[in-house]
Amino acid sequence: MDLFQYDFMIRALLGALIIGLAAPALGIYLVQRRLSLIGDGIGHVALTGVGVGLLLNQSPVLSAVVVAAVGAVGVELIRERGRTSGDLALALLFYGGIAGGVVLVSLSNDASSNSLMQYLFGSLITTSPQDVTVIAVLGAAVLIAMLAFRPALFAVCNDEEYARVSGLPVRALNLLMAVTTAVTVTIAMRTVGLLLVSALMVIPVAAAQQVTRGFRSTMAAAMAIGLVAAGAGVVVSAEADTPPGATTVILALAAFVAITVGAAGLRLVRRRAQPPREVEPPDVVLQEAGVR
Amino acid sequence: MSVVQVRHAAVGYEGREILHDVSLTVGAGEVVAILGANGSGKSTLIRTILGLVPLGHGAIELFGTPQRKFRDWARVGYVPQRLGAGSGVPATVGEVVASGRLARRGIFRPSGAADKAAVRDALTDVGLLDRINDPVTTLSGGQQQRTLIARALAGKPDLLVLDEPTAGVDAASQEAFAAALGRFAEAGGTIVLVAHELGPLRPLIDRAVVVHEGRIAHEGPPPEPAGHHAEPDHDHVHPHAVQAAPGICVAPADRIAAN
Repeated sequence: MDLFQYDFMIRALLGALIIGLAAPALGIYLVQRRLSLIGDGIGHVALTGVGVGLLLNQSPVLSAVVVAAVGAVGVELIRERGRTSGDLALALLFYGGIAGGVVLVSLSNDASSNSLMQYLFGSLITTSPQDVTVIAVLGAAVLIAMLAFRPALFAVCNDEEYARVSGLPVRALNLLMAVTTAVTVTIAMRTVGLLLVSALMVIPVAAAQQVTRGFRSTMAAAMAIGLVAAGAGVVVSAEADTPPGATTVILALAAFVAITVGAAGLRLVRRRAQPPREVEPPDVVLQEAGVR
Repeated sequence: MSVVQVRHAAVGYEGREILHDVSLTVGAGEVVAILGANGSGKSTLIRTILGLVPLGHGAIELFGTPQRKFRDWARVGYVPQRLGAGSGVPATVGEVVASGRLARRGIFRPSGAADKAAVRDALTDVGLLDRINDPVTTLSGGQQQRTLIARALAGKPDLLVLDEPTAGVDAASQEAFAAALGRFAEAGGTIVLVAHELGPLRPLIDRAVVVHEGRIAHEGPPPEPAGHHAEPDHDHVHPHAVQAAPGICVAPADRIAAN
C-alpha cells in the first residue's frame, strides 16, 4: 500500500489509532452512567474554543481543550445539583457553544466553510506534526487515567451513593471524568470531527457489551473495536476519498451490527444444539387455578 | 463507646421537614432495626447518618467522631435498597463486590491478593461464590441483594447499615443473608437496618426503633409476632399474595416499591 508514503497519512493514522483506544476507554464510564450523549454536547462547546483559537491566532486545539474543559466542568456541576432545570441548562450550553463557535470562526482570518467543516467532521490532511504530539500526549494521559482509576471510576459510575459512603473523592473523580471527556473530544476533532466524536466513545462500548459478561472485558473489547474502526476508517477514507470521521463511525456501526447479529445467531445455534440449561428453581410456585 | 449517635437531628428537603428532633444512640455490637411505614422518614434517618442527606439541625457522631470530620469510612458498610438501576454495561458479581474494597485500600492502590481474598470470603458468606463471574443482571432480586451485602462485607466494616434489605426478596435469599448478618453480629459487628417487616431477621434484633411522621414513636424490644403469627407451626403466608404450597413462605411481592 503506497498510501503511507505520505507523512500526513501516517500522522492521521497515528492520531486516529490513539483516539480509537482512548475514546471507548472513557466512553464506557459515560455509557455506564447514562451520559452517552454528553460527549456530543461537549463537542458543541469545544467549537467555541476552536473559534477563540482561530480568532486569536493560537492553536485551536489548545483553546478548544480549555473551553471544552470549562464547559464539561460546568455540566458536571449542574448534574451534581440534580435539579430538574439541569436538562434545560445543558441545552442552552450546547447550542450556545455551537452558535458561538460558528460566529467566532466566521470572524477569524481563517473564515471559510472549509475550515469549519474540518473541525465538525474531521479531515485527514490537517493533522500537523504538533497536532500528533498533542494528541499522543493527551491521549496517553486520558488512557492512563481511565485504566489506573478503573476500580474507583467503576464504583462511582455504578453506584454513586455507595461510592460516597465509601469515602471516595466522588467529586474529584467526576471532575476528572468531565475534564478527560473534554480532552478526548478535542483531540478527536481533527480525525473524527466534533459532531461525531461521541460516536467513537459510545458505539464500540455498545458493540462490545453484546458479547461480554464483565466490565473489565467490555472495556478491553471496546478499546479493540475502537482501535480497529479508527484505523480502518483512515485507510478506507483515503482509498475511497470519503470523510474520515464519518467513515470511521460507519465502520464502528457495522461492527456493532455484525457483533449483535452474530451473537444472537450464536445463542440461537447453542440453544438448539444443547438441551435447555438447568434453571434455578422459582422462588414461588404459582398453582394454576382449579388444580388443587 | 457509641458507634452511632444522633442528637436532636432535624432534616428537610426543599423546605419540608422530614425528621424532627430525632435522637438515637447505637452501641458497639448492637443490632438495631428502624421500623416504620413508607414515608415515615426511616430511610432518611439512615441516609442522614451516612451523610447522603445533609443534616439540618442537631449533631451526628460516628465512632465518637463528628460525622463531618469522620474519614474512616472503611469502618462503615452500606447496603442500599437495590443495585443501582445500572446501565447496559455488564459487570460481574465479583467486580461489584470488589468495589467494597476501595474504602480500605484507597483509589491509588491496585487490587491485591488481600482484596481478592476478601471478595471471595464475602461471596462465600452470602452463598454466591459460584456466581462470581456471572453478570449481576442475570441474578434474581434476592441474589442481587446478597451481592450488595457481600460488597459491604468485603470492606470488613465494623458497622453495617442496611436500607430495607428484605424488601421484595425471595425467602431463600432472606434466610441466606439473615445467616450472614447473624455471623457478622456474632463477631461483634454493629448493625443498623431499616425494615418494613423483619421476617427471618427478627431473632437478630436487639432493639427496634419505630419512626412515625419524622419522630421516634417507640423504642424497645422488637415487636412480638401477635395472634396466630405467634403459633409455633405458623406458616407466614400473606393472604393478599398468591396462595402458595403449604410450608413455603411467600415473599411479599407487593412490598417491592418501598420508598
